[in-house]
Amino acid sequence: MRFVDEFRDAELGRVLAGEILAALQPGRHYKVMEVCGGHTHSIYKYGIDGLLPESVELVHGPGCPVCVIPMGRVDDGIAIARKEGVIFTCFGDMLRVPGSEHTLLDAKAQGADVRMVYSPLDALRIARSNPDREVVFFAIGFETTAPSTALTLQRARAESLRNFSVVCNHVTIVPPLRALLESPDLRLDGFIGPGHVCTVVGARPFHFIPADYRRPVVISGFEPLDLLQSVLMILRQLNEGRCEVENQYTRVVPYEGNLRALEVMAEVFELRPHFEWRGLGFISGSALRLSDAYADLDAERRFEVPGVRVADPKACQCGEVLKGVIKPWQCKVFGTACTPEHAIGTCMVSPEGACAAYYNFGRFAREKEAV
Amino acid sequence: MTTRSVDRETRVLEIIETARAKRPRFRDERITLAHGAGGKATQTLIEGLLAPAFGIGELADAGVVENIAITADGFVVKPLRFPGGSIGELAVNGTVNDLAMAGARPLALTLTMILEEGLDADTLRREVEAVARAARKAGVTVVGGDTKVVERGAADQMYLSTMGIGFVDPRAELAPHRIVPGDRVIVSGPIGEHGTAIMLARGEFDLDAELQSDTRSLWPAVEALLQAAGADLHCLRDATRGGVASALNELMRAAGAAALVREADVPTTPIVRAASELLGIDPMYVANEGKLVAFVAPQIAGAALEALRAIEGCERAAVIGEVAAEPPGMVLVETSFGGRRVMDQLVGAPLPRIC
Repeated sequence: MRFVDEFRDAELGRVLAGEILAALQPGRHYKVMEVCGGHTHSIYKYGIDGLLPESVELVHGPGCPVCVIPMGRVDDGIAIARKEGVIFTCFGDMLRVPGSEHTLLDAKAQGADVRMVYSPLDALRIARSNPDREVVFFAIGFETTAPSTALTLQRARAESLRNFSVVCNHVTIVPPLRALLESPDLRLDGFIGPGHVCTVVGARPFHFIPADYRRPVVISGFEPLDLLQSVLMILRQLNEGRCEVENQYTRVVPYEGNLRALEVMAEVFELRPHFEWRGLGFISGSALRLSDAYADLDAERRFEVPGVRVADPKACQCGEVLKGVIKPWQCKVFGTACTPEHAIGTCMVSPEGACAAYYNFGRFAREKEAV
Repeated sequence: MTTRSVDRETRVLEIIETARAKRPRFRDERITLAHGAGGKATQTLIEGLLAPAFGIGELADAGVVENIAITADGFVVKPLRFPGGSIGELAVNGTVNDLAMAGARPLALTLTMILEEGLDADTLRREVEAVARAARKAGVTVVGGDTKVVERGAADQMYLSTMGIGFVDPRAELAPHRIVPGDRVIVSGPIGEHGTAIMLARGEFDLDAELQSDTRSLWPAVEALLQAAGADLHCLRDATRGGVASALNELMRAAGAAALVREADVPTTPIVRAASELLGIDPMYVANEGKLVAFVAPQIAGAALEALRAIEGCERAAVIGEVAAEPPGMVLVETSFGGRRVMDQLVGAPLPRIC
């Protein structure tokens, strides 16, 4: 595949791995957080962990949109899905996220009409062809997916579709990162910035990291060469005592982001005063809801939902994992009570979640390191 | 990292390994689509409920009594017709292939049809003809069957169920326990075509591609392998639901061995690669209906590959890896980028990733 295979060239990968090795300062340990779940997935998929020297440690951050949805929100979704006449749509990996008692997949097995879609526009199409049903889209994701939800809502408005609405769970990346950086037990040297989010918001929103917290940020693409190059760029900043936002993903990320997408988002969404993140608790201004102009398409206002806050399971340490304070295997329930088949925490549910990724792919890396 | 934390990690990893090796218990409250997806939930259903109930030890798609192989299969594909085939063709080839994987020459099959009230008679006619045509091509006779009609809504147009019998070829004994370290792993051609063709044919993605299902009888391929490798052919599995990854995982668990797969050597077509990339799916987990995975002794691998490549539909057969003793029950992949990872069983239905 053109424009993809070039960034998976094993030969170039070895060259980069060599440069990373050469850039290491003796005795120094580098802890780098990849913010985005997509990066975590690439790291395991291509075995990038194993290509890095032991003194470069990758910490998996809070950027998996499925992993951060709290149980109460899932319960609300299920309550809507179970209502008479509702067709409930969402992205595939949301289906297995546990609420307080059930997942959406369970609700489907029990008779709710839950359908997986690849795009909110698919949900809109379902609404058009089922005029006598209420079609609800459960929107999740960072700034990456929010514009497509916004455009879908604009189109629904333009078509005067009355049987379509959205449960908005869109979150924003900067507030949780700030919360993370404020955390006293955090020890990170630098950040691999979320390339997909940056295609929308640009590089500017990340300047507070070097400015306020003296940590370098490199906005990175998702192919293995992108990630290795980003790690190298972070090491070079650290070695040279520089601390700035650099853009490795220039082929996709413009500095100013996507202004059109930002405009659409500004019209359709407004900031929630606060939003609960699984494992991280309430974070102010960290999520979006539909603006008053779109209130009639807001499923939370159209349907009655329990809206009950459900505390994270006590034994679950998703929060510490998300903050990079502990590794997945250090969690009390990892691999015993919490497995991909019976997940307690959302880090285990999505294949991008740090725990699921470690459960599936991490063992081999461990064995190799031990040899 | 301190020694103590390494110990803890090792212990946690051991717990996971033990859990994996254990016979799963079927504890689910309800059947979900995951139980039919060919991954971990399917395995739990079979090993945790069916196998103990029927007292079956080693699980296979076909059973052997004396020198006769028997198999049963069900077909519920949606849509009924898809590029490269239809449910009727699939029913014949799927049954024939289960027999072939047991090393048995397919002889005859029965066909049971569950029809939904209101089904268009032309659709039925077309599928009956497809069954007849595929049976002729595969050299088997349809010797009987049954027809049931259920109320509208109680089935989705048409379900087919088959039983097939065949004679076990004496040249090789094929079974997971015959897989030994050193064996080469062969796949008979580009993977993921059937599942991808079906996904695209459902029209849920607005993706168009010239891609056809690979549905075909694998008996000619098996016969070529038997001829070339004889008793050095150790085991066969058709990589249907759950794809090559699930087939390898099942067999490695049964054989107590490890498979090492070189991702770069796994044959795929550009269309399947592109569709998988877009949909966030790994082609190793995508269903095939005309591809087998063969385990052969290393000294005969070259000859087996050559014989296989002479068969129609297997021109791109390739050795994709080998069997090792450690770590037992696991499938490891050397990624085309040079890293390594575990290729685990599918958990749940194959759900796409969103970002």
